[in-house]
Amino acid sequence: MVKIVKKERLSEQVLRYRLDAPRIARKRKAGQFIIIRPTQDSERIPLTIAGANPDEGWIEIIFQVVGRTTFLLSALNEGSYVLDLAGPLGKPTHVEKFGKALCIGGGVGVAPLYPIICALKAAGNEVVSIIGARSKSLLILENEIKDQSDRIYTATDDGSYGHKGFVSDIFNSLNNANEIFDVAYVIGPVMMMKVVSSLTIAAGIKTFASLNPIMIDGTGMCGGCRVTVFNETKFACVDGPEFDAAGIDWKELMNRLNSYKLFESEARQKQHSCRLEGVDK
Amino acid sequence: MLEEKQKTVRYDRTPMREQKPEVRAKNFDEVPIGYSPEEAVREAKRCLQCKKPLCVEGCPVNVKIPQFIKLIAEEKFAEAARVLKETNALPAICGRVCPQEEQCEIRCILGKKGKPVAVGNLERFAADYERNNDLIVIPEKKPANGKKVAVVGSGPAGLTCAGELVKEGFGVTIFEALHEAGGVLVYGIPEFRLPKAIVAQEISWLEQLGVKIERNFIVGKTATIDDLFNEEGFDAVFVGSGAGLPSFLKIKGENLIGVYSANEYLTRSNLMRSFRVDSETPIMKGKNVVTVGGGNVAMDAARTALRLGAENSMIVYRRSEEEMPARRAEIHHAREEGIDFHLLCNPVGILGGEDGRVTAIRCVKMELGEPDASGRRRPIEVKDSEFNLECDVVIIAIGNTPNPLIPSTSQDIRLSKWGTIVTGENDARTSKKYVYAGGDIVTGAATVILAMGAGKLAARNMMNDLLGQK
Repeated sequence: MVKIVKKERLSEQVLRYRLDAPRIARKRKAGQFIIIRPTQDSERIPLTIAGANPDEGWIEIIFQVVGRTTFLLSALNEGSYVLDLAGPLGKPTHVEKFGKALCIGGGVGVAPLYPIICALKAAGNEVVSIIGARSKSLLILENEIKDQSDRIYTATDDGSYGHKGFVSDIFNSLNNANEIFDVAYVIGPVMMMKVVSSLTIAAGIKTFASLNPIMIDGTGMCGGCRVTVFNETKFACVDGPEFDAAGIDWKELMNRLNSYKLFESEARQKQHSCRLEGVDK
Repeated sequence: MLEEKQKTVRYDRTPMREQKPEVRAKNFDEVPIGYSPEEAVREAKRCLQCKKPLCVEGCPVNVKIPQFIKLIAEEKFAEAARVLKETNALPAICGRVCPQEEQCEIRCILGKKGKPVAVGNLERFAADYERNNDLIVIPEKKPANGKKVAVVGSGPAGLTCAGELVKEGFGVTIFEALHEAGGVLVYGIPEFRLPKAIVAQEISWLEQLGVKIERNFIVGKTATIDDLFNEEGFDAVFVGSGAGLPSFLKIKGENLIGVYSANEYLTRSNLMRSFRVDSETPIMKGKNVVTVGGGNVAMDAARTALRLGAENSMIVYRRSEEEMPARRAEIHHAREEGIDFHLLCNPVGILGGEDGRVTAIRCVKMELGEPDASGRRRPIEVKDSEFNLECDVVIIAIGNTPNPLIPSTSQDIRLSKWGTIVTGENDARTSKKYVYAGGDIVTGAATVILAMGAGKLAARNMMNDLLGQK
């Protein structure tokens, strides 16, 4: 049992929980994730550790309500407990002083990007961040990222905040202005990562993407999270979650993420009636 | 001379009642129903009570077989269970999943002229009787000796090692990566072969004895082995982390939707209870399910698929039935339930539709050639014999490779070229001082009882090394 010491709403669909997990807080590095099972009935799902404080013994997770398990998690209140939490899992982000780093995040993918931005900054890099969302109310962590970046750009699909359009538009204009980057990190929906990384790679930037396939144990045992990278099967939980974007088989990743689409839409129907209770306490 | 009738009694084994194949293929209840007390006594009375019992030598943990069987014959069922527990912490489990036919029963003298005594059935009976009648007692423990031992993994090796040490007065903590203790007994072996309530009971017995279990703790990640020594104050560590990462065939189409490792398929069904309608963890049930492999895990997966509602559950195996590593009883049960065996067939690719979902598995026919290094006849492809088996789910059950999580964070533990941990033959010691190992992480995929034997061996040597005594 792990206590939720703080519960915050970052946007209409996105929540941030601070969890009392001193051991994980001590060990965790940027890029790593945890496996959480909020209640007896829920699935085990992976979530990136968005922040941590080893002295105070907590970690933070940021998640969007998309399925039954994130819904059950969102219904828990500050001061109550999640049933199971294990980690830190996955390989940490490879961080060194590259020079100038570009960090591009979309939607709730901005959350796993944030600890990488912090680590890159701490390693002495110049960090340029581009974050985006469908609309202003869905854009998260702008202030936190601004604090850790040398420059920040924002974009919303509907133009309700920042540039009207996609994060890729902003990258294109930087690239057209001949700005040079030594490394890029891209995290967001699969389609966004695919499009954005194809542009950064074409611009000659070494690009990493953090993948979030379906997992159960998170320790390599089930192999459900396998992804193809440079024609080789990798397990995202132990070989990743970050991979060289140039080698990722995006189509396969998208397919595999849709494995249980039917089951999930049935689950959403099941939860529909109780959606009014719980979320906004 | 025995009379004819007595001979029959002596040589014929009391069969264990089972659910009928057509019934059990549709439920997750246990297949064998168990002995009644009368049946158990009748079977126990067949035992010759040999002065030099060969059966005991065949058992990796040397269960006192004639003694416990004698107590059953005398209708002292709970006492029989206690004798079992002197050497085997998990009799209800071993009675179900041990390959007795290769260990104790194969050595039974009665087997020379008739059928060997049903040691496994009797073991199961005694343990079940004790549990079902609330007769379980917590044995005496030696006073605390001040030594702390960490056990990594709560599978059969870890549970056995913990049980042995806690009785001797050690402070024992088990670290389990998953949210539930039991290892393969919980995530791997299905309910119909080993009810989870029994595993939970055996674990609760260890907890009552004083074993602490920390779930959701991944040694190598949450803390390394060195952290366990330096920060958590343990005096010794036993590594029983199990089989590890699933192997795949490395053929085209293996990442299509609907292709599972047996580990994933069984974990979804067993640990996450996908077989129940109220489970939130989904599983692709499949109309036509192909399981690739010939071991016990393959049988478990194929039989699970049937119970989840597959119209056609098939096994594809590249050798013949004779070479199958699964227990004969499991193959027999699978056949009875209607599993379709495609023997001497080797998958060469998995085919899928536009949506990325499996539509068929492509196989080639095989024939057996000369024996290979394993002594089994090597399968050779038959030219131009490729064919497709239509299916919507494929389960790959061809084994595991050791999980590198612990070795990669404890580089002073020596590994074999296969990645398993190297230990002394008869002491379970690794190359790192006060670190011991046993079970599948040392042997590669093996049996529950061999893992238990290793856990016991490690415990004995830990006592010796930490306390300077046997």
